[in-house]
Amino acid sequence: MTTSAVTEKNSFMKVLSNIWELVKKIPPVFPIFFVLFIIVSLLSPTYSTANGVMAFLRRTAPLGILAIGQMIVLATGGFDLSMGSIVTLVCLVSSLLLANDEANTYPTIGLMLLLGAGIGLFNGFVVTFLKVPSFIATLGTMLAVRGAALYWVGGAPKGYFTDNFRMWGRGYIENVPLVGRFPIGLIVLIVVGLISWFAFHRTNYGKQILAIGDNVRAAKLSGVKVRLVRMSAFMVSAVLAVIGGVMIGGYGGVNVSIGEGLEMDAIAAAVVGGVLLGGGKGAVVPVVFGAYTLEILFSMLNLLGLPKPYKDSIQGLIIIGAVAYVAISQRKKR
Amino acid sequence: MTTTTANGRGLKKFFRSVSIPPVYYFLIVIFLGGGLLDLFYAGGQIFGNTAIMLNILVRSVALGIVAVGQTMVIVGGSIDLSVVFVISLTSVMSSYIMQGETSNVPKAILLVFLMGAGVGLVNGLIITKLKVNSFITTLGTSLIISGIINSTFSNWAGSVPRSFEFFGYATIGPVPFSVIILFLMIFAGWFVLSRTKFGAHLYGVGGNEEVARLSGLRTDRVLIIAHIICSLTAVLTGLFIVSRLRAGAPWVGPDGYYDLESIATTVVGGTLLAGGKGGVWGTLAGVLIFSILDTTFNQLGVNPYLSIVFRGLIIVLAVASYTIRSKKEAA
Amino acid sequence: MSEEEKQKMVNEQKPLMEVRNITKKFPGVVALDDVSVKFCPGEVHAVVGENGAGKSTLMKIMSGAYVPDKGEMFLEGEEVEFSHPVQAFEKGISIIYQEFNLLPERSVAQNIFLGREPTVLGVVDNRRMREMARNILADIGVEGAIPASKLVGDLSVAEQQQVEIAKAISLDAKILIMDEPTAALTINEVKMLDELISRLKERGIAIIFISHRLAEVFEISDKITVLKDGKLVGTVQTDEVTSEGIVSMMVGRILDHYFPPLGSLEDFGEVVLSVKNASNDFLKNINFELKKGEVLGVAGLQGSGRTELAQAIFGVVPFKTGSISLNGKDQLIKSPATAIKKQMGFVTEDRKSEGLCPQQPIRDNILLTVRSIQTMLTPISKDGIRRSPDLVPRLGEEVDIRTDSYDREVQFLSGGNQQKVILSKWLASEASVFLFDEPTRGIDVQAKASIHDMIRDLTKQGRAVLMISSELPEIIGMSDRILVMHDGSIAGELPPESSELDIMLLATGQNGNNGSIKSGAKGEN
Repeated sequence: MTTSAVTEKNSFMKVLSNIWELVKKIPPVFPIFFVLFIIVSLLSPTYSTANGVMAFLRRTAPLGILAIGQMIVLATGGFDLSMGSIVTLVCLVSSLLLANDEANTYPTIGLMLLLGAGIGLFNGFVVTFLKVPSFIATLGTMLAVRGAALYWVGGAPKGYFTDNFRMWGRGYIENVPLVGRFPIGLIVLIVVGLISWFAFHRTNYGKQILAIGDNVRAAKLSGVKVRLVRMSAFMVSAVLAVIGGVMIGGYGGVNVSIGEGLEMDAIAAAVVGGVLLGGGKGAVVPVVFGAYTLEILFSMLNLLGLPKPYKDSIQGLIIIGAVAYVAISQRKKR
Repeated sequence: MTTTTANGRGLKKFFRSVSIPPVYYFLIVIFLGGGLLDLFYAGGQIFGNTAIMLNILVRSVALGIVAVGQTMVIVGGSIDLSVVFVISLTSVMSSYIMQGETSNVPKAILLVFLMGAGVGLVNGLIITKLKVNSFITTLGTSLIISGIINSTFSNWAGSVPRSFEFFGYATIGPVPFSVIILFLMIFAGWFVLSRTKFGAHLYGVGGNEEVARLSGLRTDRVLIIAHIICSLTAVLTGLFIVSRLRAGAPWVGPDGYYDLESIATTVVGGTLLAGGKGGVWGTLAGVLIFSILDTTFNQLGVNPYLSIVFRGLIIVLAVASYTIRSKKEAA
Repeated sequence: MSEEEKQKMVNEQKPLMEVRNITKKFPGVVALDDVSVKFCPGEVHAVVGENGAGKSTLMKIMSGAYVPDKGEMFLEGEEVEFSHPVQAFEKGISIIYQEFNLLPERSVAQNIFLGREPTVLGVVDNRRMREMARNILADIGVEGAIPASKLVGDLSVAEQQQVEIAKAISLDAKILIMDEPTAALTINEVKMLDELISRLKERGIAIIFISHRLAEVFEISDKITVLKDGKLVGTVQTDEVTSEGIVSMMVGRILDHYFPPLGSLEDFGEVVLSVKNASNDFLKNINFELKKGEVLGVAGLQGSGRTELAQAIFGVVPFKTGSISLNGKDQLIKSPATAIKKQMGFVTEDRKSEGLCPQQPIRDNILLTVRSIQTMLTPISKDGIRRSPDLVPRLGEEVDIRTDSYDREVQFLSGGNQQKVILSKWLASEASVFLFDEPTRGIDVQAKASIHDMIRDLTKQGRAVLMISSELPEIIGMSDRILVMHDGSIAGELPPESSELDIMLLATGQNGNNGSIKSGAKGEN
């Protein structure tokens, strides 16, 4: 009898430990986000309404998209510092090219996407063929793109965004059952997220990116076309920066420093979402939640009545903490 | 005759001992290019004008001083993004404490240097003890400081007394005092890197931490000291800026992009981003390249944004000229 | 110990360093088992033995990199214990690894005095440091060749080695340990090293070196210690033994397991891989054929071009001249990607840096090759590739990867399991020609046996295997034919179950041109 009790207890413990194993596999960013979200909705009733939640998701969508792009480059072991400048370029130059004519919207967006792809190609070329470390290569393009954008528009934003351009960042689909209004930006994030998720987790591409970031030599000896994959990663990141840029412009409006520092925000979101600098680790959904976590944190600080600038300090603590947590738990595993 | 050859040899030896980095060819090209543009479009009025030439140097002071510290950190295989807000914090802190009173100056200077040492210490400790990547660590501390500044100050804070403007505006003979300080800092940086044990150990830590450790070096301590020095140079840059502007403001650091620009000039100057190789003379050339570019374009009335574009392209080209032959994959 | 032996000990020269009853175990292996050796001043002491005999482990224990499980060490009669290499070099024990511990971007003088820079009032006296470096270099007789201010990265391998030796001398090393010091040197450089060693010897330094090249061992050593399977076979005076005597002490190790039976004539099919007159910077005039169903063993000393051979065939460092044909068709293989498409697989020697992506799950490591054959955007399922969803579990079972889940990161697997993951990677790509470089290095006995069985199974299924190994029992136990490499070319071919002695003689270049043996081997097949 005692033995059976013991085994029963053991099997119970086993179930518990199995559950614990599963729980441990959940990226910490999910529980953190939900805890913060609950706190925020307790603090402010708007966050428990569909409208409030949708507004939050609309606001966060561009950073989510940028973070996905940044994550893909980070996973190969690189950096993309040119993202913020690409956003600036998109906002400034589009406002000029749109010329207040709705008919210009889609040609303009198309042109921006092409420009973005070109910038990404340049970054990739400089890194893979000229062997400049991506930190420096994309720092160079960051300056060049920002300078070019300002030069193009003559130093100050010109013109306005057309309504059908703004729609992507701030528009809603009205009268949606259950939630009422559904932000178009969120649809863009979902579409981009799904495509990225599919490419990253359900095609060879993502696995090759992770393999390169983890061990370039092994990847190469296993037949991975390292240069092609690496260059494409920079292109994806730049194109996503363009998409994010269209939405950011639409949401807020134009000013010359609109994209400044966004590359760092995107890196922070990716890192909070569990991406390792140096490559080899990354996943789309946690990274999007990394962006959500940073945003909800800022909302919470606002609601707590802390002065706005403190959000920077908290963001700083969070990213150091996130990486220290990974570093320490890695050391324990060994 | 014997003396001249001896001198010539001495000079050669000197150049070899500082080992002229290839970036000086770039500097010469930019200088000649600027001179030619000047000749064709401005009749040689820019490069023939001592005041403008001196202004190129003055323009280099703020970035040059902090780049000395950045060079040390990068030589050690680390990086420091937090300099940008250390500069801002220095400017507002010092100007707020001074409140236009000369008697407050020593107290202000002492406090900002203590602050800088503290930031460097924290950066170094997080990087070496918690093993957090230096990019993330200093991005984090940068954000933390930025929050502290922006929640305390939102505009010009305090002012500096007349006496303190000495740093920014005084000249000794024809030479601006600040330029002398810049060259003293470059010299000090060179001295520390090539004439002290700490410098030699820093190259060891940046070149190969394992080799450094097997040679009995205290690698953590070396890196922490490098970070403290780097933050202190940022403080000095902050003091220079506040003395030029006569008051401190939270945006002076980010407006100058001192974080990324100091890294860029360092790497353009030939210091390896991965560490273990490089020096401050190269960094000086990197800073001068940017200043010459700015000044020439400025004087010629060229759109300032084009000079930003050139800056970006020069960074890529200069670094590519060092890396293109490397057999290793870059990441 | 008998009374007589004790008496003998007293009569012997007083040892500088002595290790007594050293035992060191690693998971699954006893690397050193009760080994006792004495090293005397002014003596060149060679330590020989096959791979896995425990030479490196012993050296690492003496230099503080490992802590022994049992046993004592005495330095000049005093018991010493090291927990860190720094403690050992402070006591005068320096070790020079094959991978030098130097900073390529720093000067010779800066490297020699790293951490001990001479100063005047806290200022590094570079001039004095260079002078001291010059003195030390002059002291060991290499002054002219190496300027003290030159960057180490600009020096040749031999010169870098001299810098390492100079560094050790500057540390007042009483004992200098060298791990395969001649592996990467040219003949002239080896001569210079020999001269250098004899000069050091005159200074009363005890020199311990590990080497596989017996000719050298006989040329410069005074004593030879032979290790086998982690046990001490004996220490002998060099002038009292012959090279055959040493080889017979080294070989004949007890097989730790039975190898699967060799292939028989009916197993062998047509030629699948044939290399003709191929050369590159490391290899000279390579000619051989590999048949379906056979294991072709490639033996040779370190630095003989074994690994380079596999790298050339696989397109990592391709041949520059000559031809490779696969299944009768000439192929141009300039990159691993092409080699993989042509159904070749390469199990590299260095698992960690070349074989695995350590942070990725087992599943993705196995599927990496298949994925690089497919196009980049080919969809995959959660568990692997779509075309054959059960590929991973099937291969995992086939090669017997021991794990609770294929989602586990490979960095947490044992060496044997990691090797099985790499093997499955190539099985997944449906390779028909397998190149193995040291397939069982650092793997415990049980996993070794199962990898040997797997290699044999590959040939049973009609695949061809080229297996490089520095473990002679493995070569002999596994190979249907044996190629022996020496100095970048194929020194000869031996029939199956040749003796270790025959192989060693060819590999050490002692038999010159072994035309007779070669033709004999051809006749047998």
